Parts: sequence; C-alpha cells; structure tokens
Amino acid sequence: MTSIDKTTNVPAPRAASEGTPLLEVRDLHVEFHTRDGVAKAVNGVSYSVDAGETLAVLGESGSGKSVTAQAIMGILDMPPGKIPSGEILFQGQDLLKLPADEYRKIRGSKIAMIFQDALSSLNPVHTVGAQLGEMFRVHRGMSKKDSLAKAVELMDRVKIPAAKARVGDYPHQFSGGMRQRIMIAMAMALEPDLIIADEPTTALDVTVQAQVMDLLAELQREMNMGLILITHDLGVVADVADKIAVMYGGRIVETAPVHEIYKRPAHPYTRGLLDSIPRLDLKGQELYAIKGLPPNLLNIPSGCAFNPRCPKAQDVCRTDVPVLHRVTEQDGTELPGRGSACHFWKEQIHG
Amino acid sequence: MGRYVIRRLLQMIPVFIGSTFLIFIMVYALGDPVAALFGDKAPDPATAARIRKDLYLDRPLWEQYLHYMGQIFQGDFGTAFNGQPVTELMASAFPVTLRLTLVAITIEIVVGITLGVVSGLRRGRTIDTTLLVLTLVVISVPTFVTGYLLQYLLGVKWGWVRPTVSPDAPLNELILPGIVLALVSLAYVTRLSRTSIAENTKADYVRTAVAKGLPRRRVITRHLLRNSLIPVVTFIGTDIGALMGGAIVTERIFNIHGVGYQLYQGILRNNSPTVVGFVTILVIVFLLANLLVDLLYAVLDPRIRYA
Repeated sequence: MTSIDKTTNVPAPRAASEGTPLLEVRDLHVEFHTRDGVAKAVNGVSYSVDAGETLAVLGESGSGKSVTAQAIMGILDMPPGKIPSGEILFQGQDLLKLPADEYRKIRGSKIAMIFQDALSSLNPVHTVGAQLGEMFRVHRGMSKKDSLAKAVELMDRVKIPAAKARVGDYPHQFSGGMRQRIMIAMAMALEPDLIIADEPTTALDVTVQAQVMDLLAELQREMNMGLILITHDLGVVADVADKIAVMYGGRIVETAPVHEIYKRPAHPYTRGLLDSIPRLDLKGQELYAIKGLPPNLLNIPSGCAFNPRCPKAQDVCRTDVPVLHRVTEQDGTELPGRGSACHFWKEQIHG
Repeated sequence: MGRYVIRRLLQMIPVFIGSTFLIFIMVYALGDPVAALFGDKAPDPATAARIRKDLYLDRPLWEQYLHYMGQIFQGDFGTAFNGQPVTELMASAFPVTLRLTLVAITIEIVVGITLGVVSGLRRGRTIDTTLLVLTLVVISVPTFVTGYLLQYLLGVKWGWVRPTVSPDAPLNELILPGIVLALVSLAYVTRLSRTSIAENTKADYVRTAVAKGLPRRRVITRHLLRNSLIPVVTFIGTDIGALMGGAIVTERIFNIHGVGYQLYQGILRNNSPTVVGFVTILVIVFLLANLLVDLLYAVLDPRIRYA
C-alpha cells in the first residue's frame, strides 16, 4: 500500500521547539506482576514528541509499544501493572504524579487515544452519536442536544456520508473503515494536543487503511497535534511519520528520522524488519524472516535482548546490555536524532 | 418487532395445549377424585356414578380434556369441592402471590445486582471471596430451613415481625416472606452479575470509556453495567414465573393464602379443577415472562433485532 511519491506531502519535521517538548517520556519502566513472575514489559523507554510531529513506534507484538502508550494514557490495569520508575512529562508536568481526577480530565481532552479494533472498542449498546457526544457532555458540560449536534459535525469532519442520518446508528451498523473514522472522530473531538494511535489500521483492509491514514494525517496537520503512531507496518510509517523509534523487548533499540532508517538502519533488528518487507523486484524469492521468537518478558535474555536471534551476535552481546549510542557518520559528524542500542552499530550502518 | 411478537404469541398455542394436557394427565393419574371427595367413607355406588356423570368423569380422558378446555375459554374453571368457583379462589390467591413475588423480585434485583457489582469490581479481594462463600451457603440451604429459621428468630424469639401473615397480606407483612423467597435467586443473581461485571471490566469499550476521561462512576453505570446486565435480565425474567409458582414452601411456612397455598390444598385433597386451573394460569405467566425477557433483550442490546 506504500506509495513512495506520497512522501513529498509529509510536513518537514519541526525543529524541537524552544523549551519543553509536548510529551517527554523519561526512562519509563512498566512491569506486570503475574502468578508466574514479574513480566518486564517496558524497561527504560525514553522518547519525546513535539506539537505537529509524528513519532512512529515500531515493533513486534510484545515489544512494549502498546504498554508504553497505555502508561502515557494512564489506562494500564494497575494491578497487575506497575510503574516502578520513570517520568511522563506532558507539557512539562509529570502525569504520574498527578491526582487521579486531574489525570482523568487530561484524558480525552488533552491526550486522546485511537484503538486498534473499533468494533470492540466502541460500546455496542450506545449509538455512535451518544458516544461521540459524551466527550462534550462530560468535558464541556454540554446538553444532550448540543452534544449531538457536535457529534454530527465531527462525523462530517471525518467524512462519514449522511452524518446527520447516521448519528443515531449503533457501531455494528457501520463498516470497518467507517467505525475507525468514528474512533478517530472521538479522539479528535476536543482537539487534543496529543493523539496516540495504537495500530489504527491493523484491523482494516488495505484500501481502507490508506484512506484512514490519510485522514489521520490530514486532521493532525490541521490541528497541529502531536501524534504517536504505534504500528508494525513499515509501509504506513514511511508515509506519515517524522521520526521512528524501534522497540524490542521493552527497550528502544533504534531511533531515527523517518527516511534515514530505510536507507541505513543502524541496528540488526531494524535491518531484519526492513528485509522482511515483500519487494516487487525480488519476486519469486523466499521472503526473509527474522529467525526465532520475541523474548519471553518473564525471562528476558541477558545482555542485548535481541542476541539469540541476531545474525551478528558476539560474546559481548550476551553479557552487556547496550546503551542507546549516538550514531555518527564515519568521520564523526553527528547524525541528529539517530541512536542505536547495538554494540556494533558502526559495522551495521557503515559496514 | 410487531411480527416477531405475533409469531411468538402463536408459538405459545401449542406450548399451552401441550403443557396443560400433560398437567391434566398427571392430575388424573393422582387417583379417583370421587373417592377422594368421600374421604374415608365408602361412596354409595349410585351417588358416585351420578357424580362421575355430572363431572364428565365417565368419558375417556381426551374428551374430558376437550370439555375442560372448552369451559376454560368460556371463563369457567369449575368449582372446588367446597363449592367455591375456582375463579374466586384465583381472584383471592393471585393478588397475594403477585405482591409476594413483587417484594421478592425487588429485593432480588436491588440487593443481588448491587452485591454483584461490588463483588465483580473487586474481584479476588476479601469482599468478593466473602460474598462468594455466603452465596454458596445460601444456595446450599433449602428454603424451608431458612424460612423456619428466620420465622423463629425474627418472628417468635425476638418478635420483630409477625410470624405469620394475615389473610389480607399487606406489603409490610410480606417483607420477611419476600426475603426468604428471594434468597436463593438473590444468590444466583449476585453470582451471575459478578461474573458478568468481572468479565466486562476487561472489555475494550470499557478501556475506551476510561481513555475518554469519563469519571469512574459514569464508566460503570453507563458502559459497564448496561452490557453486563443482559444475562442477569434473562435469569430474573424466568425467575418471575418460578417465584409465582414456586412459592409453595414459603407460603406454607408463613401461612400466606396465595397460589402456592391453594395449589398445596388442591394437591392434598385431589382437587383437580383447582390444580389444573392454577397451573394453567401459571403456564401463561411463564410464557409471557419469557416473551418479555426476549423483548427486553432487544432493548438492552441493539445488535439483537427481531424480524
């Protein structure tokens, strides 16, 4: 579904605005206390998003990308979830230290989330109008009638045909793409500063995926919102993201501005991900796959979590956890925004 | 929706005929009603034959059934052995039982669902475990034990309430019998709503509701509860019928002159018109309650549409 020529429309990444970024996650840890032991889902994730910027978080299932997002939203199930350390600074304010009620008021109005499966994420027994209007009724104290008018407006805005007639319909009466538009409309309702989209197109078929992503990108541009796009679809990322963070085993293993990562990945895992994209010019050949399984979070391998699957693993990879190195050119010039948590990043990028 | 209701009502006809016929046979199998009429004395053969002829008892069973049904549709449910028309017995018994059922259902809904919600939201905590054990105890103890026990303690020993209910059966006297009657169902409602709530708290739409920044109270009442109540409604609906007919034990204990009491007397005295008449009405109540549940389903869950 990736159309390469589309990338010209992507707004230039904004230089980090003076002062604090919109959202900054610092050294976040999340663990789940289960009967079998402690599952370390997120182990020291740091990233930041500015207004109008799109950060794509890439990774396999179980890499901790959704858990990080849920921690930011404050919708983790606690218990069994626990955040032993870390900071989530939103507009300079640590969300983890906020009283529950103030945190709640930020949810939905300042930070909103779009979920993967719109059918199960929308309440089956309420009309979409009621569910959209609920945002205005709870956060803005609007009347039922006014909130319904707002709901129609929102549905128009996400291009749902005959919005006025359909505002009283239930989620199951809409098609998959339309339902995801309703999810988007719900997230956009109060024009939040930050939107977290957790695999917004995974449950949709390919043609609809493109429409929904375009809509999301368009609305983001209009409202100058920060967007965290969680996905495992590299094609989607190329179109809309400004920068990428690749996660593996609850850590960020590589960060980079979007186009550089396709040209020169600095981590063997990213390399593996890129190699497993089907390519037209290699038709007929066997598709590359990263061998092995994602790590068991109850028992993460020592050293680099990727070492059992890494084709280039050495002894040091099994003993030392690599830090996120700053990636530079061969001559030592800085590559802004690039980092790689690989002991052998130099060989990977310049080799 | 209208067509669905009509279809359901039409489906009731065979069910109605079948169930009443079965009851008719069973009551017939109980023994000779004429002999029962004379009690311990041996009946005079001529008189007995005359009574048999008057009551159509000399005809084959199916003819008796047809005759009975024909009479019922003319509003004639026959007379009990004491000469009172059965319809008169019904007129005095059904309002009493209905009141008792209402008291029991209200207690069941209010207390049962509240406990279920509390328990379901705190799954695995002390209060949840306590309630689970308590409901298990309540389910295991038969109604006549709890009934006599509460009657003795509250009515006789401590004198908080009247131990028996007066013939008028005013609401305030029906509270204790209502509790006794509701107790087992209440335990089921608690467990059912607990499981349903505990399951749905993990649902995606509840997570969405939280992510929308709704206050916890609104998440629970508007999003969680409505979805969780669907299975509970089914149970309560079918329970209405069960409570109306199954109050025999409770009505005996507290001497309430309702349906259960009349049925008990009818069975004891081999009084077939009373038994068949009352049970026929109960069958109709059951069928209507079930239809109501199915219609309520569609109201609670818009994904269910009847055509």
